[in-house]
Amino acid sequence: MTTFTPATAAETLATVQWAAAEESPLEILGHGSKRGIGRPLQTEHTLDLSKLSGVTLYEPAELVLSAKAGTPLAEIEKLLAENGQQLAFEPLDYGPLLGGEKGKGTIGGVLAANLCGPRRLRAGAARDHILGIAAVSGRGEAFKSGGRVVKNVTGYDLSKLMANSWGTLAVLTDVTFKVLPAAETEVTLALRGLLDDHAAAAMALALGSSAEVSSAAHLPERVAARVAGGSLGSTAATLLRVEGFGPSVAYRIAALKDLLGNAGPLEEISGEISLSVWRDIRDCAPFADGLEKPVWRVSMAPAQGHQMLLALRMQAAVDAFYDWQGGLIWLRMEQGDPEADLLRGLVRQYGGGHATLVRAAPSHRAAVPVFEPQAPQLAALSARLKAEFDPKNILNPGRMAPAAGSATLGPATEGAAS
Amino acid sequence: MSGLLMPKPDDATMRRRDEIVADMRIIVPGEGVVDAANAMRAFESDGLTAYRQLPLVVVLPETVAQVSRVLKYCNDRNIRVVPRGSGTSLSGGALPLEDAVLLVMSRFNRILEIDFPNRIVVAQPGVTNLGITTAVEQEGFYYAPDPSSQIACSIGGNVAENSGGVHCLKYGLTANNVLGIEMVLMNGEVVRLGGKHLDAEGYDLLGVMTGSEGLLGVVTEVIVRILKKPETARALLIGFPTSEQGGQCVADIIGAGIIPGGMEMMDRPAIHAAEDFVHAGYPLDVEALLIVELDGPGVEVDHLIGLVEAIAYRNGSTTCRISQSEQERLSFWAGRKAAFPAVGRISPDYYCMDGTIPRKELPRVLHGMRELSEKYGLGVANVFHAGDGNLHPLILYDANVPGELDNAESFGADILRLCVKVGGVLTGEHGVGVEKRDLMPEMFNQIDLDQQMRVKCAFDPNHLLNPGKVFPQLRRCAELGRMHVHRGQTAFPDIPRF
Repeated sequence: MTTFTPATAAETLATVQWAAAEESPLEILGHGSKRGIGRPLQTEHTLDLSKLSGVTLYEPAELVLSAKAGTPLAEIEKLLAENGQQLAFEPLDYGPLLGGEKGKGTIGGVLAANLCGPRRLRAGAARDHILGIAAVSGRGEAFKSGGRVVKNVTGYDLSKLMANSWGTLAVLTDVTFKVLPAAETEVTLALRGLLDDHAAAAMALALGSSAEVSSAAHLPERVAARVAGGSLGSTAATLLRVEGFGPSVAYRIAALKDLLGNAGPLEEISGEISLSVWRDIRDCAPFADGLEKPVWRVSMAPAQGHQMLLALRMQAAVDAFYDWQGGLIWLRMEQGDPEADLLRGLVRQYGGGHATLVRAAPSHRAAVPVFEPQAPQLAALSARLKAEFDPKNILNPGRMAPAAGSATLGPATEGAAS
Repeated sequence: MSGLLMPKPDDATMRRRDEIVADMRIIVPGEGVVDAANAMRAFESDGLTAYRQLPLVVVLPETVAQVSRVLKYCNDRNIRVVPRGSGTSLSGGALPLEDAVLLVMSRFNRILEIDFPNRIVVAQPGVTNLGITTAVEQEGFYYAPDPSSQIACSIGGNVAENSGGVHCLKYGLTANNVLGIEMVLMNGEVVRLGGKHLDAEGYDLLGVMTGSEGLLGVVTEVIVRILKKPETARALLIGFPTSEQGGQCVADIIGAGIIPGGMEMMDRPAIHAAEDFVHAGYPLDVEALLIVELDGPGVEVDHLIGLVEAIAYRNGSTTCRISQSEQERLSFWAGRKAAFPAVGRISPDYYCMDGTIPRKELPRVLHGMRELSEKYGLGVANVFHAGDGNLHPLILYDANVPGELDNAESFGADILRLCVKVGGVLTGEHGVGVEKRDLMPEMFNQIDLDQQMRVKCAFDPNHLLNPGKVFPQLRRCAELGRMHVHRGQTAFPDIPRF
């Protein structure tokens, strides 16, 4: 059992080349803050990128930042904040939910897991902000893709291919992200006491208005008490975040009040409470309980989310809340069984989407597909892509899908390797 | 055609043309197969008209099943296929091949679903970009990416090219506004990526498909996000004595935390050509003209106009007009939107380039372009998506003068090399196609290109879909698949543990 800790891209390349030659699988790690997500790995060696660290380029006026893949996200967010900027896609921190520390994680992990947050509706995810990468494929080849400019259609977008690949196609060594100005002001409008279906309707109305709502979440009764240190109280809260320049925020909040005045009691939340409400929703704080009860992250069409959940509640004990106008559903399975088939069947029945088992005991993660199983043709296409980039299956083997094994290796490959 | 090498036509396919045409008529009955040379003439080129080629046969399917059967038929018989939307590509992405079926998707022209609660439109790929906005504007919604060809270009083509437009700094490119597609692989398999929900369950194949220039699959359905129209929009028209000042003004606007809906710059030749053509009232005594458009609630727009105006003065603007009416805002844009035809009036032909650069390099690149202009003896006018660094130099030439097209192409290639040298890229929104294919090594080494081709190999291992585009050199997938590792040479005990 060896842990490699390269400090340069060249050392990373040498390590992967060695592993490819030895056909010796590697677990690819940054800080390990998301290590509990995916099928458990059984690799002999670990490639730890936390020493491959440092911001290499930051030009605020050009809205661009490059960093080595192992650079702490916290360091980047601090640097951006000092310049009034941010990663607008608001990457979530899985640490507390998975029983780990707060504030860990690397910028490479942000892309590999395609992180995002409540602003996903308007600002997108990591995939929407990545401009360029350098990486080492499972073949032990160092390559680059993209660049440092926003508008670029030169060749295939391999940077996006790295998003949500969980270290299974290539080891990132450098990433370049688009950065954006942080909003000057943030105010949250809370509608209190709505049931899920009314909340969904209110959020659809708000997002369909020109008030430029940047985030919309619904915390059902009792869940509401588990954010921002309980400052919302336990009544159901339907939350609409409005960001921008002061006069504009005031105007848009007023417009939303006009629009939704009949829906129920309204409250304005601003300052530190608003910030911590959205941070806790982002990080799934209501379920960061130190327990091992399975937690799902489900993405669906916003208007169908609550219908699926209603049907699920008929058959299983779940605790749940919504982000993304109702399209992102966080679920905690209260009886300890993930109920994967039941949940995924209902997601399909209510218009489709995907369910990821983001927290579960290793035994569950070994037995239940953590990532949504794909239709056969799509699964085959993904497997072909994996085989192209990592023919020896040495990068996080089996983390996303059961390993295809040596069947993907043609006779030509065997010959060349001997 | 100036020295463009396309894949050698396959003799066996050429000999079987009659049989292939007959089989296509069985798969796509009715008027969907065109094989007469005079009728195929309409399809011989796309927006890059310097290159023309008649295809083997033109096929216009109407159903997904037909697309699947055509592709499977061709895959089984090693016949090449070139997909085409509306044919507005400016890089030759839809240029036919002599031995290839031209698969035209224009009959896929229906909107399938409008879903306002989820703010989604499901459209067939042949629906025009503007057609989506038209379908939802009565409810105050629109589809944000707005390439200047939006009246004609198809949404399927937008996916293939990852099209942008003047609003993409604030609202994103096609890749940021498409939630899902249905596509057919070269082997005939139908695959769905994404849907009405956000993000992929596995690899981001939707992200890879977007901008893949028709080499990976044929799009048969597109699911896009629509947005509510901003309440209002106003524009500033700002003139500067130097391009440096204009460039600094752009940097300062962004530095102040303002992301305008649109931010366009023109240089002196472009300003003069546009003013002569549409009389927009542009100042003629400036070197750089900036149009900054702010959109959103009226109170926000008014607030930001004040900030931008102050930034402009600080940077030495000599003229700054603020639109006081919708009519005046449109008049500011009239010259910019007519810039291409305006340049067409002052030169028999023009060649439109599409590099992107880091914004701060604008003065250096404009300076380099002036030197190149003298070297090649050809004029150049510049329009610039200033917000995102996307430069459109228009090279003026006369195709009737022998050698001048070649000269213009060499000039263009040098401009793109300059863009890459300062940290930019070969193409911001027009695509590589055939036009910039042979310049790819300026930006990528062979290993970089091999990784891109490996994606191709996973989708279309026999290189049958749109070959001769994007990649300067086609390498067989079997050859690419070999792994050249030498066990023992990097033995475990020797490896440094860093």
